Amino acid sequence: MTQSNTLLPNLYTTMKRIRTFEERVGELFIKGETAGTMLHLSIGEELGPTCLGAAMQKQDTFTTHHRGHGIFIARGGDPKKMMAEIAGKKDGYCKGKGGSMHIADMKLGHLGANAIVGGGIPTVVGAGLSSKYLEEDKVSVAFFGDGAMQQGILYESMNMASLWKLPVVFCCINNQYGMGTKIDNAAGLKDFSKRAASFGLNTLHIDDLDIENAYVKSKEIIDKARKFEPGFIEVECYRFFGHARMDKSPYRSEEEEIKMRKSDPISYASNQMLKNKIMNEDEIKKINEKISIEMDEAMDFAINSPLNNQKEIFTDVYDEREPLPISVEERINKILS
Amino acid sequence: MSDLNKNYYEKITFRDALRLAIHDSMQKDEKIIVMGEDVAAYGGAYGATKDLLKLFGPKRIIDTPISEAAIVGASMGAALTGLRPIAELMYVDFFGMSMDQIANQLAKVRYMFGGQINAPMILRAQGGTGRSAGAQHSQSLETWIMHTPGLYLSIPYTPNDAYHLLRAALKINNPTIFIEHKLLYNTSGVLDKNNPDQIFGKAKIRKKGKDLSIISYSRMVNFAEKAAEELAKQKIDVEVVDLRTLNPLDRETIIESVNKTKRALVLSESCYTAGVPSEITSIIFEHCYTNLLKPVIRYTAEDTPAPVAPNLEENYIPTIEKIVEYSKKLCK
Repeated sequence: MTQSNTLLPNLYTTMKRIRTFEERVGELFIKGETAGTMLHLSIGEELGPTCLGAAMQKQDTFTTHHRGHGIFIARGGDPKKMMAEIAGKKDGYCKGKGGSMHIADMKLGHLGANAIVGGGIPTVVGAGLSSKYLEEDKVSVAFFGDGAMQQGILYESMNMASLWKLPVVFCCINNQYGMGTKIDNAAGLKDFSKRAASFGLNTLHIDDLDIENAYVKSKEIIDKARKFEPGFIEVECYRFFGHARMDKSPYRSEEEEIKMRKSDPISYASNQMLKNKIMNEDEIKKINEKISIEMDEAMDFAINSPLNNQKEIFTDVYDEREPLPISVEERINKILS
Repeated sequence: MSDLNKNYYEKITFRDALRLAIHDSMQKDEKIIVMGEDVAAYGGAYGATKDLLKLFGPKRIIDTPISEAAIVGASMGAALTGLRPIAELMYVDFFGMSMDQIANQLAKVRYMFGGQINAPMILRAQGGTGRSAGAQHSQSLETWIMHTPGLYLSIPYTPNDAYHLLRAALKINNPTIFIEHKLLYNTSGVLDKNNPDQIFGKAKIRKKGKDLSIISYSRMVNFAEKAAEELAKQKIDVEVVDLRTLNPLDRETIIESVNKTKRALVLSESCYTAGVPSEITSIIFEHCYTNLLKPVIRYTAEDTPAPVAPNLEENYIPTIEKIVEYSKKLCK
């Protein structure tokens, strides 16, 4: 296949891997194997993370919001270690101490998922500063949802990135809902690019399902950021399911969901491949089966991963050369002795 | 600060000791940068970074917009990716603007990510009363930090401690909050660069005594010393303990001192209720219970915001006269 013939299958594969991973997370929850219910699935939102993930370079860094599984998969995250982290197990990326909302992997440039809306955004400003200072040619991308568009920290960060001409991109995955509040009830101006442009950032608004085009356009923004022109990308999409696992979406109608789920980036990409004869149905089926096996294995890995030793409560608070925090039990025993 | 390269200063201000510490650290480690509001061209609101711009240039001494949350967040991001920032928030009160970045991000980044990464940075801020700066520029918020696991907290009293604690913080890989009392910048003392005289988490007995322990930190140590001088004339022998860092906290020195003197007064500019003194009092009660001859006294600022009027502000915090009075009653 020519390069143009490999691009769409590659993007499709990543999107399908994200979706299948998220579906398995849902299964893991039903099996009672997840650590808690704080599971924010990105089903329906695969396009943005996939095209940006592909447009970034190997050395680039990023932070994500709480709905960040897909972004990390698009950046090379290992589904096994991710799933183990979601299960709160020892083999997880963060030894099960971070969980779904705090997955990170410094080796892959993942500077951390964040459970505070907007909380991880200024981190990329600092990463951009380091990259420029150390001449490392790293772009740092902050991924966040439409909820963070209403947080002050975003604007402090966009201003700093613009002022200091940092290799930074701000990427808003606009899934239309901040938990249960529709964007119409949260944003005074929904044209987010205008806000970013007012800080002097290059902007891009992606609002269709053509992922090849989205990839090309995203890459332009990221490439400009690499030359110290920071950028902003909004990707419009729809969160197919509730905010978290316990959310039955009482704030929106079934009709709306059915209608919006028709805008599925994965079906669209699959149809494009068939239409343009890049792949046939059998070939797509084979990809899907392979992914299915990969994610089943990830789920099994998580289920079979051992639990942490209790002493892990106390490790990692401070640098390893520093003393561990004293346990409450030790304190009380000392008083009573 | 004409001669930067001396190893011993007979008399140096707290401000210049800090400047020297930043200067000496930056000379040794190119990964150290300074960022904050007015730290470069202005030289820092309290002069702690004066002239550093000339010496190190705008790449390393960075004026920021007035964006306290992003100053802390960006510093943390830089710390995660290879630099070692010294961030300055002009007033500790501005922690209110950046508490998410301080408490939810900086303090937890290592733990949440399973120990993968350190955030080696210092966040400097000045606190305390004494300049009629009002309720939003006069607070002692060390309790907020001490109640947040993951952050080291340094709160020096002498120029020598300011110098060495700052330098030590730049060698430790933990994020360290560094609180400087606004009335200490002009105080002076000895600086011996070859005598660190401490490590993080080690209190200093400023004066030995046998009748009463006054346990304090930052500017209030000065009040304790003055009160101790007065009490000495009245044959009361006070031991003055300067905690120097609140995390790590030197529990052993506190316990040892009070087990010896059998009486304790905990002195601080933070508010009375649920403050740092409350914690120290608990430690004393837990470990010196059978030795105590009198209840432990917490002498602190009032449970109110800080007033501006000088005559009110002066009495909002502990006074030397009353330290003497309470100490005498404790030793009766």
